[in-house]
Amino acid sequence: MARNISFKQAINEALDLEMRRDPTVIILGEDIVGGAGSPGETDAWGGVLGVTKGLNAKHGGRLLDTPLSESAYIGAAIGAAACGMRPVAELMFLDFMGVCFDQILNQAAKFKYMFGGKAKTPVVIRAMVGAGFRAAAQHSQMLTPIFTHVPGLKVVCPSNAYDAKGLLIQSIRDDDPVIFCEHKNLYGLETDVPAESYAIPFGEANVIREGKDVTIVGYGLTVHRALEAAEKLAKSRVEAEVIDLRTLSPIDLDTVIESAEKTGRLVVVDEANPRCSIAADVVAAVSQNAFEALKAAPQMVTAPHTPVPFSPVLEDLYIPSADSIAAAVSRITKTALAA
Amino acid sequence: MLDERIKPIVMPKWGLSMSEGKVTNWLKPVGTRVALGDEILEVETDKIAGVVEAGDAGTLRRVIGEPAVIYPVKALLGVIAADDVSDAEIDAYVSGYVTPAADDDNDPETGPRYDFVETPAGSIRYARRGDGAEVVVLVHGFGGDLDNWLFNIDTLAGKATVYALDLPGHGQSTKTLSEPSLVGLANALTGFMDAVGVDSAHLVGHSMGGAVALQTAIGAAERVKSLTLISSAGLGSEINGAYIDGFVAAASRRNLKPVVEQLFGDPNLVSRQLLDDLLKYKRLDGVGEVLSSLARALFADGRQATVLVKDLAGMRQPALVIWGANDRIIPSSHAAASGNARVEVIEGAGHMVQMEQAGRVNELILAHVAGQTKGSERV
Amino acid sequence: MPSNPFPLAKSQLLQAYRTMRTIREFEERVHVEFAKGDIPGFVHLYAGEEACATGIMMHLTDIDRIASTHRGHGHCIAKGVDVHGMMAEIYGKEAGSCRGKGGSMHIADLSKGMMGANGILGAGAPLICGAGLAAKFRGDGGVGLTFFGDGASNQGTVLESMNLAAIWNLPVIFVVENNGYAESTSVDYATAVDSYVDRASGFGLPGVTVDGTDFFAVYEAAGEMIRRAREGGGPSLLECKMIRFFGHFEGDAQTYKAKGENEHNRATRDCLKMFAQRVTEGGVVAAAELAVIDREVASMIDDAVSTAKGAPLPIAGDLLTDVYVSY
Repeated sequence: MARNISFKQAINEALDLEMRRDPTVIILGEDIVGGAGSPGETDAWGGVLGVTKGLNAKHGGRLLDTPLSESAYIGAAIGAAACGMRPVAELMFLDFMGVCFDQILNQAAKFKYMFGGKAKTPVVIRAMVGAGFRAAAQHSQMLTPIFTHVPGLKVVCPSNAYDAKGLLIQSIRDDDPVIFCEHKNLYGLETDVPAESYAIPFGEANVIREGKDVTIVGYGLTVHRALEAAEKLAKSRVEAEVIDLRTLSPIDLDTVIESAEKTGRLVVVDEANPRCSIAADVVAAVSQNAFEALKAAPQMVTAPHTPVPFSPVLEDLYIPSADSIAAAVSRITKTALAA
Repeated sequence: MLDERIKPIVMPKWGLSMSEGKVTNWLKPVGTRVALGDEILEVETDKIAGVVEAGDAGTLRRVIGEPAVIYPVKALLGVIAADDVSDAEIDAYVSGYVTPAADDDNDPETGPRYDFVETPAGSIRYARRGDGAEVVVLVHGFGGDLDNWLFNIDTLAGKATVYALDLPGHGQSTKTLSEPSLVGLANALTGFMDAVGVDSAHLVGHSMGGAVALQTAIGAAERVKSLTLISSAGLGSEINGAYIDGFVAAASRRNLKPVVEQLFGDPNLVSRQLLDDLLKYKRLDGVGEVLSSLARALFADGRQATVLVKDLAGMRQPALVIWGANDRIIPSSHAAASGNARVEVIEGAGHMVQMEQAGRVNELILAHVAGQTKGSERV
Repeated sequence: MPSNPFPLAKSQLLQAYRTMRTIREFEERVHVEFAKGDIPGFVHLYAGEEACATGIMMHLTDIDRIASTHRGHGHCIAKGVDVHGMMAEIYGKEAGSCRGKGGSMHIADLSKGMMGANGILGAGAPLICGAGLAAKFRGDGGVGLTFFGDGASNQGTVLESMNLAAIWNLPVIFVVENNGYAESTSVDYATAVDSYVDRASGFGLPGVTVDGTDFFAVYEAAGEMIRRAREGGGPSLLECKMIRFFGHFEGDAQTYKAKGENEHNRATRDCLKMFAQRVTEGGVVAAAELAVIDREVASMIDDAVSTAKGAPLPIAGDLLTDVYVSY
C-alpha cells in the first residue's frame, strides 16, 4: 500500500524523527514556529510555508524563532554545532545568503581544515531554492553552484519526497556542515514514503529512467522536466536515461560517466545561471574523463544569464523546460521530434 | 460479452506495485493445444521477468500482445478457446474487450494486499490469500520479504490458505530482532502463527527461511504439518560468504548489482527496480544491524554455523526439498543430504528457484501439501 | 606576613603574572623572529594588552568558550592553549596546534574551549552566541566570551549578536578590546558613541568600561559579569581600554601614531610593570619571585622557538586531509 505524503510533509517527518532520536538536534529560524511574543496563537506559521508546523507541540523548547539577524543566528547555529549540538538552521530563502555568507564560507566550512582536523561542525542549513513561484529576482534563485564551490560544505538538493526525507535525516546525522536545498515548487509533490526512519547516503546519484540513446542529468525540479522530456522523446523512439544527482557535493560522477559511456550523449539540465553552474561542472568532468565515449558535444540546458523575472510569461521562459531539454537531445541525436 | 468458452489471456499483476508489463516472447504459436499450467508467454516488468501460464485448457486461438510492447495489467494479450468456437465469436470478444481500470490497493475482489499484526517479536507484515482447508506458511530468506513469493502465493492460494510474512528485520515488519538466531526467528514465526490463529501449518521456507522452518519443526513440532525446504540453509556447512558479506555491505546500486545477480540463474532477471527496492529496504534504520547480527550468528566466515540434517532425518513430518541446479549461494549438493525427504533439483535455475521456475515449484508444493491431507504418516 | 588586600590568593597572583609574562615574552619573541623573515604570512601581536586577556580568563575553565580575533595569541595563552603548539603553528609546522593548516590567525583548541583566533572581524560574536546556547541546553553553567576590537565592534555581526544574546538571555560576554586603533583608523573617527557602554544599554545589555591595563580592574569587572552569566543573569558588555605596543600587523610602519607614542606607552602604561609594582609594593609578592618567573618563561619561550624551528613541515598529502569528517 503506497503511503503518499508530500515533499514538505517528508521534511517535517525527517525533522520530527531526528529530534526524537537525538536530544542535541534543535531548530532555529525565522517564524519556524511563528507568533513568538505575539498575542495570538503560537505555531502560528510553522515556517513561512508551513514546513515545520506541529513540531513545536512535540518538541517545545527545541525550536527557536529568531529575529531578522541571519548573521547572528546562522553563526549561532554554527557555533553551537562546534560546541557539540546538531542544530538545523533555516535560512528562509537561499537568496538571503548574502547577509550571512561569512559564517558559512569562512567559519563553518573551514573550521575542520584550519584547526588541523580538530573540530567538527555538524550543522544543517535548510533553505528554499528555485523559481516558478512568481516570487521574483530576490526569492527565486538556484545558488547551488556557489555553495558547491566551497570546500568543506556539502550541498544536497532532493527532487522528491522519498529522497527529501532520507537525505535530510542523513544531513542531520552527518558530521559536516550541510546546505540542504528545498525547491519551493516541489513542496506539494507527493510520493510513496515509508513511515520509518531511513538515511540515503550522499554522493549517490539515482538513475530514475533507463535508456540507451542519451543521458539526461538534472537535480531538483529539472529532474521532473527531464522525465517529461524523456516521455516526449520516447514517442520519437529516442530512449533517454535520466539521472537525478541528489547531492551536488559530494557529487556522484561515476554514475554519470558510466551512463555517458553507455549512451555516448550527454545533456545536463540546471536551473542555476549558466556561468560556473553545476551543468558546466558536470560537462567538464565527463568531457575530461570519458571524451572518447562521447559521440556528440555535451549539452547544457540552463537558465539564462539573467536575474529571475517576475512576470509569469517571462519566468516560465527562464526555467529549463521539457521542450528545451528535448530540443537539446534532438540536436545531438540528429532526430526530428514527433509532434 | 460473457462467453465461458472464451478464456482471455491477460497481463498478470505480479506484486503490489505492478501496473504494466512488457510482452517479451510468445512460447506457443497460434493453434497450439494448451493444457492448464503450460507456459505460453514471457512477460517482463520493471521488477522481474517471468512466464505466464495457461489458466485454462483449450486451443490458443489469438496472439494479440506484441513483443517489446508494454500493456497495462489486465490488458488482453491472447485468447484460448475450444475448437468449436467460431472465429467470428472470438473477433467479437476481442473487439468488445475493455481493459478493466487499474485496481487500487483495496480491490474488493482480493481485499487489502497485506496486513499487520502485533506479535511478541513486534509488528509483523503479512499477506493472506485463499481459503483452503490446509494452511501453508511461506518463509523468505536473508534480506528478503514476502514479495519473494510473488509468483507462488496466488497459485498456492487456489488450493490452500496461504500466509506469507516478513520476518523481523525484514520487509515492513519491525526492524528490531532481539534474538538474532534461528531460534529467535523460529520463535517469531510461531508467535506470528499464534497471532493470526494458525495452530499448525505446512511450512515452506526459502534459504535462511528453510532453516527457520526446520528449527520450528525441531522446537515446536506440533505446529508443523510438513516441510518444504527450498534452496535451504541448515542442510550443510557451505554457503557463499562473499554474497552474504557483499549484500550486507553494499550501500549503492553499483555495489549491490553484482551481489544480487548471484541469486539468479539468469542475471538479466535483476532489474533496476529490484535493486532500488532492496536499497530502500537496506537504508531503513535498524536493518543494517539486524542483517549484520544474523550474518555473524548464522554465516560467519562463509560457513553455516548450524547444520540440522540429522534433525531432518529424524523428523516425523514429511519433507520436500527443492533446489535450483545452478544455485551459487548454497550448493545444490546440500539437497542430497536430506535423508528420507523427497528431493527435486531443477535444471537451469539458481538460488531463487521459486521465482525462476515458479510453475514447477508451485506444482511440487501443492502435491506435497495435498499428499498430507490423507494422514499424518509419511508417504 | 603582610596581609593580602587583593581579591586573589598569592598563588593566583603569581599565576596571573606568569600568564601575562608568557604572553609578553611570546609576542616580543615573535616580533624578533618575524623581522628575521622566518615566519610566513602575517602576525598581529598582543603585547601591551596582557592584563585584559589574563584578568578575564582567570575566571574561566575548559567548559567555557571564547572566540578571538586576528590578534589572538594572548587569548590562546590565557585560555591554556599549549605554547609550544602555538609557536609551531605560527611557523607552519606539522606539530602546530592546527597541524600547520591554520597559522597565526586561526589557532584554536576546542578541548580548551578556544574556538579560534579569527581572520574575519566580528565573526566570533555569532559563534559565541551559539556556544552560549549550547551551554544553556547542557545546563552546565558554562559561559561564552567573544573578544573583538574597537574596529570590529562596528560589524553587523556584533550588533546582531548583542541583540540576539539579549533576547535569548544567553550567558555570553561581549569584550570590546578598545586599543584606539582599527588598523590605522582611530576609534574617535570610526565609532559614533564615546563609550561602548552607551551601545550596550542601547541593545538592552548592562555594560562597564574599565582600564584594560589594570589587571585588577579587569579581573573584578569580568568576574562580576561572568558570575552573573553563570547564574542565568544574561549577557553583558565589557569595554577594556588598552594599548597595543606594536602595529596592526608586523611590518606596519605605524605612521598613524603620534611621534613617541609607543615609547611613552611602554614607559607609562605597561600593564606588567604596573602589576608587578602593585603586588610587590604591599609585600605580598617578592620581586625575586617574579624574576624567577621571568627566567622560567624566557627559557620556555626560547625552547618553544627552537623546537618549532627544528620541527618537520607538513607533507604534501596533508594538503588534502581534514576538509570533511567524511566525504
